[in-house]
Amino acid sequence: MSGNINERRVISVVVMNESSVLARVTALFAGRGYNIESLTVAPIPESDMSHITIATKGNAKVMEQITKQLHKLIPVYKVIEHEEMVEKEMVLIKFPIAENLSDIQALCKAYNGGIVNVGKEMVIAQVADEPKRIKHFIEAAHRYNPCEIVRGGVVAIER
Amino acid sequence: MQMSGAQMVCEAIIAEGVKTVFGYPGGAIMHVYDEIYKQNGFEHILNRHEQAAVHAADGYARATGKVGVAMVTSGPGFTNAVTGLATAYMDSIPMVVISGQVPLSLIGTDGFQEIDAVGISRPCTKHNFLVRSLEELPRILKEAFYIARSGRPGPVLVDVPKDITVEIGEFSYPDSVNIPSYKPTYKGNKRQIEKAVEAIKKAKKPLLYIGGGVVLSNAYKLVRQLAETTQIPAVETLMARGVMGAKNPLLLGMLGMHGNYASNMAMSETDLVISLGARFDDRVTGKLSEFAKYADIIHVDIDPANIAKLVDVDYPIVGDITQVLEQMLPLLDDVNTERYHAWREILKRYDELHPQSYVDSDEVIKPQWAIERIGELIGEDAIITSDVGQHQMWAAQHYPFDRPRQWINSGGLGTMGFGFPAAIGAKRAFPEKTVINVTGDGSILMNMQELVTAAEYKTPVINMILNNHFLGMVRQWQTFFYEKRYSETDLSFQPNWKALAEACGGIGYDVTTKEEFDAAIKDAIEQDKVCFMNVAVNRFENVLPMVPAGGALFNMMLPQKTETHGEEK
Repeated sequence: MSGNINERRVISVVVMNESSVLARVTALFAGRGYNIESLTVAPIPESDMSHITIATKGNAKVMEQITKQLHKLIPVYKVIEHEEMVEKEMVLIKFPIAENLSDIQALCKAYNGGIVNVGKEMVIAQVADEPKRIKHFIEAAHRYNPCEIVRGGVVAIER
Repeated sequence: MQMSGAQMVCEAIIAEGVKTVFGYPGGAIMHVYDEIYKQNGFEHILNRHEQAAVHAADGYARATGKVGVAMVTSGPGFTNAVTGLATAYMDSIPMVVISGQVPLSLIGTDGFQEIDAVGISRPCTKHNFLVRSLEELPRILKEAFYIARSGRPGPVLVDVPKDITVEIGEFSYPDSVNIPSYKPTYKGNKRQIEKAVEAIKKAKKPLLYIGGGVVLSNAYKLVRQLAETTQIPAVETLMARGVMGAKNPLLLGMLGMHGNYASNMAMSETDLVISLGARFDDRVTGKLSEFAKYADIIHVDIDPANIAKLVDVDYPIVGDITQVLEQMLPLLDDVNTERYHAWREILKRYDELHPQSYVDSDEVIKPQWAIERIGELIGEDAIITSDVGQHQMWAAQHYPFDRPRQWINSGGLGTMGFGFPAAIGAKRAFPEKTVINVTGDGSILMNMQELVTAAEYKTPVINMILNNHFLGMVRQWQTFFYEKRYSETDLSFQPNWKALAEACGGIGYDVTTKEEFDAAIKDAIEQDKVCFMNVAVNRFENVLPMVPAGGALFNMMLPQKTETHGEEK
């Protein structure tokens, strides 16, 4: 693990599905001054557990502490610090209908998405891709004057 | 069996073998108190403040090693308890606090005396529960006690809405718990232990660094055996005083900010630190980059998060100290104790060079003398609690602690006002022992209402106030680091301590000479009543040696180098 202080890391936390468990996890980050870059959470199908994916930044020492402190929380079942993983993030983006829709469609397609809704004045596109590529997509999409962008946070799974 | 939620709370306490509960009633917990009135499975001590109730439960837990229990009501009752929870959390004390909460239907409405207790207590409890239905109450109570005492111990809060305490349901207290996500590691990794043993056998200057975890794990006999077998010298943290026993020739003393010269030099020069249940607190390490600079580190701790948190560790061993030492000791049978002879001689020389000492006086009582004197008069029969400040450090430095759990103080959080209620808790647990709260004129006022508690329950705690008319430790820092600008630390205005104690049903002593001191202690023990022993001590005495905050351990301010004796101004 490198010592780079700002290296981005993704951690999966498997927790017992009980009330306020997410608050416990986020309070740990807040209380100890760790940064959360993105956070997603959803129940694990056919179990009484939930899967939390946290993207954060820190050096090896900080990451070790984060992992250990997460483990200390009573409802935390498992903490996985991903090395080799498939990572995806979703983004919804709203464009004025007057923009060039075929260009937008082509752009979204290049980033594993497409137009998902067409309204009177707006068109909504959806893209799901690696976080780095999502960043590139958003940069490219700016050309078409997006009026709203909602990022969904990272989900990750070990390879 | 059918019963109310309130009854279930009482039944669980009885089932857990708790004999004394401390607390303070109020609206949201009244149903539980109604059941307390009817039962006779445990005694309830009515403290006069919720903070004190939690500290008393804490003192009870520290003295006995069992889970302490406190009960408080919702809103202000709970917020008053927070300092007590945080104190116990920082020192890993097993405790269950049961708080009343507004009825479920009112939660989230800013109801009268409503507060988000689980939200507030999250960072200062090992775990907490808001009970949401009667069905889950027995399980939660069982889990609360289990979590409090297992693994690295700590306080657990159970917040019980009022309507659940009235509701009637089936009670069946579980025999065991099953929390799939919580499985503390008790046994040490065999390979790591073998490697650590090899390191011990190779080391030239090893040092046992003993922390409060040894007390919590009840591992002191094994630690003494380890020292005896290997003849490795030892230093104790503030929380570990008593583990080695004051007379043990291998004990160098306390280390850290107010540690003695030999201990701090030992840590600075050792080539192998054997850390047992210590957490490398900044008050112990001083400047981290200089701490045990030449040493490899063996770190045994039940909490993996403690290992390598501050220093790099060469031999991490996660486990309970007792079990790890049971695994380790047979492998050390053939250790060559002569190997460390030269090292012991060096440390002996350090101790001779700068022993833990002070200059006594015939004109004024020196606080160190007072501590040593109670050691001479009562010694191993006493339980000593303390508040926080200079008196705490003098007690830690000068009292001849012979066994763990004899010394009870707030180490991690440094809570002024802890000592007196903790002493009440310890005295309820061990009524036959003399319990002395070593305190200061600043600290004692923070929970002095407990005079009434102690008087009512005939809990004769001796409060020995080392009175220097100062907030002493802050004053000491102002002397050294703020050019003697004694901003808001002068406590010249004082209550009439004797009258105050008497007004609350106790006894008071004003002590200005050594003769009066002896007479007061003797009388206090005979009278068997709670007392304030107001001991006028040298006003400007400083706690030395001292490592300035953030400094290296070997850069100590020693008694000889300062002008601290007698009046200064």
